[in-house]
Amino acid sequence: MNFVVITNNPLVYEKYKDELNVDYADIPFRDVLCKVRDMVYAGHPLLTHPLSGSVKPHETPYKSVLVGTKPGKMEQRDASIIENSIITADKFAEKFPNMPQHVREDFQLIDCTLITSGIDAVLRR
Amino acid sequence: MTKLELGNIIINDIQFSNEKSKVENGVLYVNQEEIKQIALEDENIASCEVFIARPGESVRITPVKDVIEPRVKVEGPGGIFPGWIAKVDTVGSGRTHVLKGAAVVTTGKIVGFQEGIIDMSGPGADYTPFSKTYNLVVKMEPVEGLKQHEHEYALRIAGFKIACFLGELGKNVTPDEVETFEFANLVESAKMYPELPRVAYVQMLQSQGLLHDTYVYGVDAKRTLTTMINPLETMDGAIVSGNCVSSCDKNPTYVHLNNRVIRELFKAHGKTLNFMGMIITNENVYLADKERSSNWSAKLAEYLGCDGVIISQEGFGNPDTDLIMNTKKIEAKGIKTVIITDEYAGRDGKSQSLADADASANAVVTGGNANQVIVLPPMETVYGHLHFVDTIAGGSANNIDAHGNITVEIQAITGATNETGFHNLSAR
Repeated sequence: MNFVVITNNPLVYEKYKDELNVDYADIPFRDVLCKVRDMVYAGHPLLTHPLSGSVKPHETPYKSVLVGTKPGKMEQRDASIIENSIITADKFAEKFPNMPQHVREDFQLIDCTLITSGIDAVLRR
Repeated sequence: MTKLELGNIIINDIQFSNEKSKVENGVLYVNQEEIKQIALEDENIASCEVFIARPGESVRITPVKDVIEPRVKVEGPGGIFPGWIAKVDTVGSGRTHVLKGAAVVTTGKIVGFQEGIIDMSGPGADYTPFSKTYNLVVKMEPVEGLKQHEHEYALRIAGFKIACFLGELGKNVTPDEVETFEFANLVESAKMYPELPRVAYVQMLQSQGLLHDTYVYGVDAKRTLTTMINPLETMDGAIVSGNCVSSCDKNPTYVHLNNRVIRELFKAHGKTLNFMGMIITNENVYLADKERSSNWSAKLAEYLGCDGVIISQEGFGNPDTDLIMNTKKIEAKGIKTVIITDEYAGRDGKSQSLADADASANAVVTGGNANQVIVLPPMETVYGHLHFVDTIAGGSANNIDAHGNITVEIQAITGATNETGFHNLSAR
C-alpha cells in the first residue's frame, strides 16, 4: 500500500526521507494528530495507531503516524480511533517544556522505533 | 495430562558473602564478584555494581529495567528462559525450583526519560509488589557509545543470566513447599467438567518497539500470529519482558512467571469453571495487525469452545484499541468476556479511562488509576539514578521539592496498576 509518514520527528525524517514519502513539519504533538484526523476525514486510511508507545502524549513531543496516500470513503473505525486519540492526548498536559537535548533525542529514537515497526509491517519486511 | 511442580525455596534474607554464593536455611548468600563476572562477560557492559534491598529499608531503586525471579529446572525437558538462556525445548512440565521471595532487579539508564521506581519502605512501598521481595539490585553501565537497542539487550540478558545463576543455587536444596499444577489436553479438558462453564485466558502482550517488546520462546511477539500456549509454559518461563516504559502497567518477567490470572484460573478449575486454555496475542502499532490478531483471538476462543474469556491488557493507548477489538470480536461469537485493564482517568479520576470503548466491554476489572498522584519522601539510599525522576512518565519538571519529596503519578511506580491482577489496587 502507498502511504505517507506524517511526523514532527526530525530523526524519522532523516531516516526515511530518501526511501519513503515523509510529510515532516516542526509542529506540536497535537497538531500532528489533527493533521492525521483531517486526512482521515478526507478518506485516507489510517494505518498505524496514533497513540503508539507507552510514553504519554505531551511527555514525548514527537509523533509519527502512517496514513494511506489514496483517499477513498472515510472509514468509521479510523475516524473513531483518531478522534479518541486526540481526546486522550488532551488529558495530558505538557510536562517538560525545557527538555534537555539528549532526552529530546531519546524521545525521537523511541518514536522512530515505534513507527519503524509499523513501516516494516506495511512493507512486510 | 501435563504436570508442572514448582518447588518453592522460601528466601527470608539476602546477604553478601566472600565465599561462593549459596542458599542455606532460607538465606541467599551472594558473592558480589560472581555476579559482576557474569554481567561483565558481555563486552557491552562496562561496569556492574550489586546491592541488596530488603523490605522495610529506606531504599529507592530507579530506573528499574526488569524484575526476575531466580529459578532452576531440576527435572523434565527444557530450561529457564527458553530462547534466551536455555535452548528452545518446550517448558512447562517436570519440576522447577524457585527462590521464592527473592528477585533480581536490574537498573541502568537506557534512555533519558526512563523510569520505574521501587521504594522498599514509606508510602511508595504500598504501590509496588516488589517492596515485599528481597531484591538483589544489579546496576550496570554500558560501554561508551553503545546504542540503546544493544544496551536494552545487554541489560535484559544479564538479568536473565544472573537470575539463572542464583536459581541454580537452589538445585539441590529441598523446597519448603511444592505446588503441583496439571493441565489436560483439549479433549480431556472438555470431558472433565461438562457442567461447568468453559473459560480461557487471552493475554495481550506489549509489542511495539524498543522498550515496548515481549518475547515468547525468544521470538519477538510483534512478529507472531495470535496463538495458543499451555499456561504451564508461561509459569515456567516461556514469556519474558523487554519493556519497562510507563512501568505501572508493564509486566516484568517476574509477573509473567507468576501470572495471577493463570493462578486464579487454576484455583477455580473444577470448582466454578473449566479452564480450557490460554491464548497469547500482540499489541502492534499497525492497524491491520490489530485486526488480524484480534480475529485470531476470537477464532481460537471459539475453537476452544469457550463460554467465557478473561482478557488482560498490557499498557495504555494503542493497546486500548486491541483490547476493544478482542472484546468486540469475542463477544460477537457469543462468548462472554471480562477484561482487565487500568485507567488513565486524569489526576482527579474524572476523565474517560480508556482511549477506546465499546458497549460489549461491560465487565471490567481495573488495576487502578495511573494518574493518581503520590508524594514519595526521600529515602536514605538510592540505587540507580535518581535524577531521571524529573523526566519520567508520571513525573513532571521540578517535581522534587527542597526537602527531597518527589511528587509523581503512580504510573512511575513499577507494577502499581498491573493489569494481570498482580498487585492490590482496584475499584468497586
